[in-house]
Amino acid sequence: MAIDFKPSGADLELIDVRKDFPGFTALEDMDLHIPAGEFFALLGPSGCGKTTTLRIVAGLEEPTAGKVLIGGKDITNTKPHERPVNTVFQSYALFPHMTILENVAFGLRQRKIEDPLKKAMDALNLVELGYAAERRPQQLSGGQQQRVALARALVNRPALLLLDEPLGALDLKLRRQMQIELKAIQMEVGLTFLHVTHDQEEAMDMADTVAVMNKGHIEQMGAPEALYERPKTAFVSKFLGQSNLFVGSIVDSNKESLSIEVGGHKITVPKDRAEKQTGKIAIGVRPEKTTFHRSNPKLSSDHVVVGPGEIIDIRFTGVSNQYLIAIPNVGDVTVFAQNVGISPVIELGEQVWVSWKVEHSFGLSDLPAGNEDE
Amino acid sequence: MAFAAFGSAPTTEHKGPTKTSKIVLALLMPGLVYLGLFFFTPLISLVITSLEVPDASGAIGAYQYGFAWENYVTVVTTYMPQILRSFMYAGIATIIALLVSYPLAYFIGVKLRSRPLVQRLMLVLVIAPFFISFLLRTIAWKQIFSDGGAIMQTVYSLGLMPTSQHFLGTDAAVIFGLTYNFIPFMTLPLFTTLERFDVRLLEAGSDLYASPAKVFRKITLPISMPGIISGTLLVFIPIAGDYVNAGQNFLGSSKTSMIGTIVDTEFLQTQNYPIASSLSVLLMAVIVALVSLYVRSSGTEDLL
Repeated sequence: MAIDFKPSGADLELIDVRKDFPGFTALEDMDLHIPAGEFFALLGPSGCGKTTTLRIVAGLEEPTAGKVLIGGKDITNTKPHERPVNTVFQSYALFPHMTILENVAFGLRQRKIEDPLKKAMDALNLVELGYAAERRPQQLSGGQQQRVALARALVNRPALLLLDEPLGALDLKLRRQMQIELKAIQMEVGLTFLHVTHDQEEAMDMADTVAVMNKGHIEQMGAPEALYERPKTAFVSKFLGQSNLFVGSIVDSNKESLSIEVGGHKITVPKDRAEKQTGKIAIGVRPEKTTFHRSNPKLSSDHVVVGPGEIIDIRFTGVSNQYLIAIPNVGDVTVFAQNVGISPVIELGEQVWVSWKVEHSFGLSDLPAGNEDE
Repeated sequence: MAFAAFGSAPTTEHKGPTKTSKIVLALLMPGLVYLGLFFFTPLISLVITSLEVPDASGAIGAYQYGFAWENYVTVVTTYMPQILRSFMYAGIATIIALLVSYPLAYFIGVKLRSRPLVQRLMLVLVIAPFFISFLLRTIAWKQIFSDGGAIMQTVYSLGLMPTSQHFLGTDAAVIFGLTYNFIPFMTLPLFTTLERFDVRLLEAGSDLYASPAKVFRKITLPISMPGIISGTLLVFIPIAGDYVNAGQNFLGSSKTSMIGTIVDTEFLQTQNYPIASSLSVLLMAVIVALVSLYVRSSGTEDLL
């Protein structure tokens, strides 16, 4: 490739970082370690503290307490321009009075790196915008500006590249395309990327590790597949994909599994997939792991069966149909069925049973909102 | 041309309708008629007057046309000190006004963004002096700086200046008055530019290794250039032709007279209309030349 980047960036460590704003706490005792060269995503709804975390790492916000270390060096008290970190801003923040080339060369010039224009040009070629070098930011489209912002940050070969919802302003198609490009560039340059987003698909698609944030702390962290397969809290199970959750007290427990009773049905979860093993717990299952039946399927104990219930909503989404089934005393259950042409033709109002394999159940460590004080 | 600098909004290439309709012409008419009657006619009359010679009758204030370009030579040789002084005063006062206004405009336009009410109030305070007549304000300053005033009494009693010296009538007093009277013309255009300044660019600059001083020099200053250009022009041009502050009845003395003061005397007291006119035309020509040069060299064309 044109640019000879360092083989990898540096690792980032946050130790007990806390940020108080007047009236509320944006971050509570956050601990985080991102290994060098990893693509790490902070995922959460707006106001969860993910952007504050990023701004603290960049030095644009001062933590109330705690430490920030990059490559093992404490940088908590350094100014933004003294940190080996570059940011791709959500607003791109390109300098309107400079050409694209000068924008990209800005960081190099500040550090008095030799041959800034040539290096800037190489970076522009990397994002396939070499032809636009002499234009002004206002003359480029949103997607192009986004790539310039990326080149402007990458060209400095920072130990850590921060991405603040960089794809947020792009339309869906362009966003998916940029996700692929961004991931390819990260693999190519091998830098440590810290990506902040509220788009769960984006996070799961691009990141090696995802941390789901909620109300100023990390709810769960792990590889995207692990997070999806084994969400540990009600928030994660609902924020990352969809989940059917059932809340009840444990009525049965053996070596392998636990069961709760909900509306006369026994719902079972393997013990090694249950976070909490006493008292009242929540058990969940992903809608695509469930199937429905027109008659009671009478399955063996390695399946969970609930029903009968009435189909109250059918949504066609292209690759699958989403059915909403109201089961008395249990609640509404969502079932996804692939549109492969063999699923039963079913109408609104029909009576069905829903089943899934016990091994697909997951037990949460907390209860969904509204069940806490019972 | 120079006047493009007054428009501070960055105009992107915009191709409007190219067909000039009758309505557009009709809408332009009042402006064109006004300009013709009250700008071009007096201007031509002024140029003609500047070339006149005394009437054969010899009566005071009576002149006839004579294509006397020597009038300009007379003016330049006689009033060179005043001409130079005018532009020196204008230059110094403009620089002081810029140095005072920039931080003020930045504070109001950027720092007070989160408090729109305080921002409005501060803007009103900037404009507030205009609620009182220009002449009254200048006379008030004369009063304040008079030898018997509190300021000069304190200065004398502290021994900072011998009582034989006065502040009124000095270069400093006139420059003070000029700066004071024209400073809102600097603050307002700077404010309109800085009000729209995207502060996220400051974060981007510091993220890209630029120290706060560098960020100001490389980002804030160039982006606020349109405001600086229009502000300096709006202040420099009227100051160069000002005839109030430097007058002996106000803050000046015989040693501080400017082009405007001379024009005032020649027109209204000696009634030497050709000399007054040629001085006026000269002032205008020099200002147009300086301003064109300034706008071109500041490279603001691509910011506009």
